[in-house]
Amino acid sequence: MKNTPSLVYTLLLVALIAAPFVGAYPVFVMKLMCFALFASAFNLLLGYTGLLSFGHAAFFGGSAYVAAHAMKVWGLTPELGLLTGTAVGALLGWVFGLLAIRRQGIYFAMITLALAQMVFFIALQAKFTGGEDGLQGVPRGRLFGVIDLRNDLTMYYVVLAVVVAAFLLIARTTRSPFGQVLKGIKENEPRALSLGYDVGRYKLLAFVISAALSGLAGSLKTLVLGFATLSDVHWSASGQVILMTLVGGLGTLSGPLAGASVVVLLENKIGELGHLLARLTTIDWFNALGESVTMVTGLIFVVCVLAFRRGITGEVITVVQKLRSLSNAK
Amino acid sequence: MGLFNLPNLPLSALLSQLLLGLVNGSFYAILSLGLAVIFGLLNVINFAHGALFMMGAVLTWMGLTYFNINYWAMLVLAPLAVGLFGVLTERLLLRWIYKLDHLYGLLLTLGLTLLIEGAFRSAYGVSGLTYDTPDALAGATDLGFMFLPNYRAWVVAASLGICFATWFVIEKTRLGAYLRAGTENPRLVEAFGINVPLMVTLTYGFGVALAAFAGVLAAPVIQVSPLMGQNLIIVVFAIVVIGGMGSIMGAILTGLGLGVIEGLTKVVYPEASSTVVFVVMVIVLLIRPAGLFGKEK
Repeated sequence: MKNTPSLVYTLLLVALIAAPFVGAYPVFVMKLMCFALFASAFNLLLGYTGLLSFGHAAFFGGSAYVAAHAMKVWGLTPELGLLTGTAVGALLGWVFGLLAIRRQGIYFAMITLALAQMVFFIALQAKFTGGEDGLQGVPRGRLFGVIDLRNDLTMYYVVLAVVVAAFLLIARTTRSPFGQVLKGIKENEPRALSLGYDVGRYKLLAFVISAALSGLAGSLKTLVLGFATLSDVHWSASGQVILMTLVGGLGTLSGPLAGASVVVLLENKIGELGHLLARLTTIDWFNALGESVTMVTGLIFVVCVLAFRRGITGEVITVVQKLRSLSNAK
Repeated sequence: MGLFNLPNLPLSALLSQLLLGLVNGSFYAILSLGLAVIFGLLNVINFAHGALFMMGAVLTWMGLTYFNINYWAMLVLAPLAVGLFGVLTERLLLRWIYKLDHLYGLLLTLGLTLLIEGAFRSAYGVSGLTYDTPDALAGATDLGFMFLPNYRAWVVAASLGICFATWFVIEKTRLGAYLRAGTENPRLVEAFGINVPLMVTLTYGFGVALAAFAGVLAAPVIQVSPLMGQNLIIVVFAIVVIGGMGSIMGAILTGLGLGVIEGLTKVVYPEASSTVVFVVMVIVLLIRPAGLFGKEK
């Protein structure tokens, strides 16, 4: 029983390695993995430090633009492109963090939202971002100048390796002494302060790590799909990553993975789901479900906040613990 | 608008941008006032404020288009309808999350925003709906040094009127005293026999009715569309960060002031007009982290 989590992760990894051979569409799974990484990076901040950033679209989308520019115009190799994107995420995160940690609670969320909106307007108006069209036709190139990434299967395993490495880094961070201090700040900030921890610095560092990894996720998505667009810097992308984390389970390692899968699948397949429901229930209205993604997303937010705050992973953990205490009682 | 980027601006162009800034500032003032009143008592940041502003404007348009109800009637009816919607929302949804962390209030109202905007979007699409200026306020008055568009003057006057009325009620009347006391210590106020849950419900209703009132005022000057509140709410958030939510008068003044700054930026450097409010926010955060009128809890 004790090894259940590692067993689950091993199974997940095996499933991901095998996925392209059992009929999964590689590009879709890659996109899914990018969002899973984005949500995990976001959860490091919200779930483990208790800071609600409403500006993560700026890191995800901003880095995507810079990485796209670096690979397309400067002709950088993919690994350097990803590094550039990550560095941009870290830098933006540092600036946002410095400003936002000056205020607490709800103001923190509003400040990050406003700063991200500024990045959105810059992306809309600046020359290099291509305005409404975004940056298109970004070449995948050759990894280290050798491995050709134009093959989807090669690309797939590169993405898998990067995402797994980043995920392990996040897992390691949450278990490190640093991660323990972050949890302490989340539980009781004044106490952490009175114990002599420089709370501001810890928050800032957590913010920078989270932003850098979000930048990595954004750059990776650009590399896979070959474009960077305004929708990645729009505030709705920040809302989306909050939703993924919330649905999956705040402050759990695997929660964001589950949440990202559910949200991405839902947004891509909601039209089909609507048609299926329409056939099953013979209610015509469901056929139009594909056009009501916004409303469905809103509904999930409301339901999650009111009745489902533990998220998928949180609920599973609770059930498992209950079963365990029952079997121990016998 | 805002495209005359000339070094020697005629005075009238400057004045008309100033007036336009005041018009936007009036909307900012009413919206940030509503946010501050709601946050004071409910501890919830109402993300849906922009969507409810939009609802006020679209209801105004619907009133005229489907039922032939004129502007003046909608000026009362739309805030009433949206206020009622707010009362229901508070009773059915918001009520359950007061004991939780602040962030859940933001997330719940974000969900509400998506539901409202999504619903209006599936009905009216994203293109704008035109709403004509009411006849009584059409045209402009010649002031000698400039032409003053009557409708814009009315928006500023009506907004200032409603803002100061709200300020007066909250700061100078007995009802306002209950409200302020409820903000400080709801349990104690309840112990004195005042129905605090009812007060909370009505406050939310009133706050969102304010947003709808601004929406009605905006219908003839900003293009009515289901997405009209989306970017506005973020600007209003930045204004709330700049002003701080501790003071009613502070929210009003900050809103007006930033509208004017935005208007003047349109004259000097139009490209920056969409970001200037955020830049001001950054500067204020660096110099006075608690905000201009900040009394942070």
